[in-house]
Amino acid sequence: MSQIKSVNDFVVKFANVNGSGSASANEMFARSILRMGVPVTSRNIFPSNIQGLPTWYEVRVSGKGWLGRRGGVDLMVAMNPQTWDKDVASIDPGGYLFYDSSRPIPASKFRDDINIIRMPLTEISNAAYKDPRQRQLFKNIIYIGALSQLLGIEIEVLEKLIGEQYKSKEALIAPNHQALRMGHDYARDHLSEACNLKVERANEVGKRIFVTGNDAAGLGCVYGGATVAAWYPITPSTSVAEAFAKHCRKYRVDKETGKNKFAIVQSEDEISAIGTVIGASWNGARAFTATSGPGISLMQEFLGLAYFAEIPAVIIDVQRGGPSTGMPTRTQQSDLLVCAYASHGDTKHVLLIPEDPRELFEFCAKSFDLAERLQTPIFVLEDLDIGMNDWLCEPFAWDDKRTYDRGKVMTAQELEAGKTFGRYLDVDGDAIPYRTLPGTHPSKGAYFTRGSSRDRFAKYSEEGAVYQDNMQRLLRKFETAKSLVPAPVIEKAREKAKCGVIYFGSTAPAMREALAALAADGIHLDTMRLRAFPFSEAVSDFINAYDQVFLVEQNRDAQMRSLLVNECGIDPARFISILHYDGQVITARFIINAIAERMSLTSREAAE
Amino acid sequence: MTYIAKPKLRHPGIPVNKRGFTHRDYEGSISTLCAGCGHDSISFAIIQACFELNIEPHRVAKLSGIGCSSKTPDYLLGQSHGFNSVHGRMPSVLTGANLANKELLYLGVSGDGDSASIGLGQFVHCVRRGVNMVYITENNGVYGLTKGQFSATADKGSKSKAGGFNADSPLDLVSMALMVGATFVGRSFSGDKTQMVPLIMAAMSHPGPAFIDIVSPCVAFNNHAGSTKAYDFVRAHNEAVNRLDIMEPREAIKVEYAPGTTEDVALHDGSTLKLAKLAADYDPFDRIGAMNYLQSRAAAGELVTGLIYMDNGPKDMHANLNTVDAPLNRLSEKELCPGSAGLAAYNAAHS
Repeated sequence: MSQIKSVNDFVVKFANVNGSGSASANEMFARSILRMGVPVTSRNIFPSNIQGLPTWYEVRVSGKGWLGRRGGVDLMVAMNPQTWDKDVASIDPGGYLFYDSSRPIPASKFRDDINIIRMPLTEISNAAYKDPRQRQLFKNIIYIGALSQLLGIEIEVLEKLIGEQYKSKEALIAPNHQALRMGHDYARDHLSEACNLKVERANEVGKRIFVTGNDAAGLGCVYGGATVAAWYPITPSTSVAEAFAKHCRKYRVDKETGKNKFAIVQSEDEISAIGTVIGASWNGARAFTATSGPGISLMQEFLGLAYFAEIPAVIIDVQRGGPSTGMPTRTQQSDLLVCAYASHGDTKHVLLIPEDPRELFEFCAKSFDLAERLQTPIFVLEDLDIGMNDWLCEPFAWDDKRTYDRGKVMTAQELEAGKTFGRYLDVDGDAIPYRTLPGTHPSKGAYFTRGSSRDRFAKYSEEGAVYQDNMQRLLRKFETAKSLVPAPVIEKAREKAKCGVIYFGSTAPAMREALAALAADGIHLDTMRLRAFPFSEAVSDFINAYDQVFLVEQNRDAQMRSLLVNECGIDPARFISILHYDGQVITARFIINAIAERMSLTSREAAE
Repeated sequence: MTYIAKPKLRHPGIPVNKRGFTHRDYEGSISTLCAGCGHDSISFAIIQACFELNIEPHRVAKLSGIGCSSKTPDYLLGQSHGFNSVHGRMPSVLTGANLANKELLYLGVSGDGDSASIGLGQFVHCVRRGVNMVYITENNGVYGLTKGQFSATADKGSKSKAGGFNADSPLDLVSMALMVGATFVGRSFSGDKTQMVPLIMAAMSHPGPAFIDIVSPCVAFNNHAGSTKAYDFVRAHNEAVNRLDIMEPREAIKVEYAPGTTEDVALHDGSTLKLAKLAADYDPFDRIGAMNYLQSRAAAGELVTGLIYMDNGPKDMHANLNTVDAPLNRLSEKELCPGSAGLAAYNAAHS
């Protein structure tokens, strides 16, 4: 029997039943490897359910620091009989199956090209504990103990993590330590040499932090100065609002009075949530909502109002599998078009597309500057993968000299001094007009905000020329936006490249790994990571430099291609779409195979 | 007559209030509604109430949805910021505006289509949250701008101008407001200015969610025999439970009522609400009693008007959210951003 042999480079997948308490044990497993200085990323694959359905937790261990999903499984911890067949089938040949052997499983249910590690977890747990819930919970800790022995994770590291986790519930520490030891000692006595996957202490993590994107988004909104949040619970965005609340309780309570420098409203639906954001922003507060696809659908009418009446708003869209309810607990990049052109009539909206929690933090903070500068909705498009999984990323940074850009707001002094105020008047040539806030001046600067057509001085008008004048200015304002949004990140291959590749968002870590593997095989690609819409000239320049450009997206319809074709006037034939949309996180192997196949086809065609 | 600009000329003897404003300072553009529309009477009543209360026009934010009623904020308080939002969604916009700056007076003007049909959800949730506002529905039982379809407040059996009958049960916004926690609830009739003005003044002095439903006949589509929202019908079935008078501190009482029939209520802004009881056993401080009374009078075919309920010690949304005293829109990065020190703690906790 061949055995996959690897140090600090493998994939462990846990198959569990949700509600069984496995999530915190599995997360502790991932953290213990990080504490040994070896980079990991983890992905939680969970159902839209609270108890009883299958859930998986995949840990990528990579000493080289590849943080995307690799594809394949080296060690399967199969704890869920419901998904046994699929789980066993997903193991790479030579890989390992670790399972609870308390009940017999027919020989036909195994494979002969994988290594089986049997441990009677239920028996061990039932012998040690009487309470059914304890039996379940400690079984998880027992298998973590066994894995630590099998993989060479220092048990002291795990013990320390348990201590940190139960800092405020000290009574739980000793029993957890005991369960951990129980698993560890069983593996030592019965399963030695069973596994050739090993973790060795290294120093590859550095100062990096392990965070979920939604937590980072909530923090970014605190840093960006949001004082009003209105939201409606929807997976996978709920934890953005919850994180904002948590960070506000920590950073935004006035020490002297105990009063809050923030207001959070759980709205009755997403329509109300965006309405509240628009009302607050109209009145000069920085406000945001967090939602997912179905919420974006509901917000459409209001988004058109904010675009047309030119009111700042920040919308954090944590994308999930669509359409309709779709796959609410799976990831996708399929809200690009519905956000870029949200609402009826002619509209265009600014999108910010971060690659990881660190950039998400930064973009959330920046989105409020952009919203107030451009007086328009700003979408921060993250996804379930970034939002709900722990990512290893660079520590967050903040320049204390940084100030908020509150945009063009005419003050009482300026009005008093006789400065001309036309709410929709372009005085600076950047197509961004001045606004006034309610209550500013007793007799100057008041205007009527409306979703209907109006002239440069906010007076109702259905005259064609007046309407067109305004619509043209909005287009010019969108041109201004091009210079304000984050530029694409362009990287040249080490050797001259015939093709380019475009990617964005959560595809980034898998893409990096794929690029390195392709380069090792002699396939060199220049890359552009898109970070925002509208596209600057650099975007079309990049595309126009190659005959063929790969475009990697996590949706069925190549939505980014539609946007690029539409907005940059590019021949659709230039693009080779690589589309991954099964709801699972895109893998490096998927990208490598797709590009390599296409490249060999091209070279074969050329040879013929 | 929208193409005619309002003349700027002022009569030299025009009355001036304590802050030096005249009625003209509280007016807006010329109304584009039909001649005789009840909504214009309501606009006048709002203007009168603001004048009497010496409100600075620019310290009011007026918000509305879509429909005839929602056009009216343009016809009053020309020095106030206005927001004509989307159909049925004014309450959420007003909620956000109020969150941003608690110091302004928020006036929401809506209609029965806007608040009882498409916007029912937003209406009740806004009231539930205790938003400090004056929310007025100009209730005519029909969709005026789309020419006479029934709205959700039309009574069962009402006849439309085109001859149809309404088979659906009506929705009573006053009962709804009571049920979901409004701390000031009134109902009036656009044909009764003496009732409307003090009621609006009392609502504006109330530091919590104040709701007034004003039956306002649609002269174009719902003012015929067979309609329960027509001028004649409302006049015949109006049952006012009380009369109000608002008095500023230390001002002499102008109106004399029979002893034992009036009650003085001190309001939060220092003025006094003098309540003249018309229905002897009606207690406007009893929410459950008010709900029972409304239901029994409605069953008898009467429209109860006046101050229906008031909680004189309300808590508003900002109190519930425990927000700082300064308006949120005035806080700067100094108060809002935890800076690099905050991030150092965050990074350490996540490594």
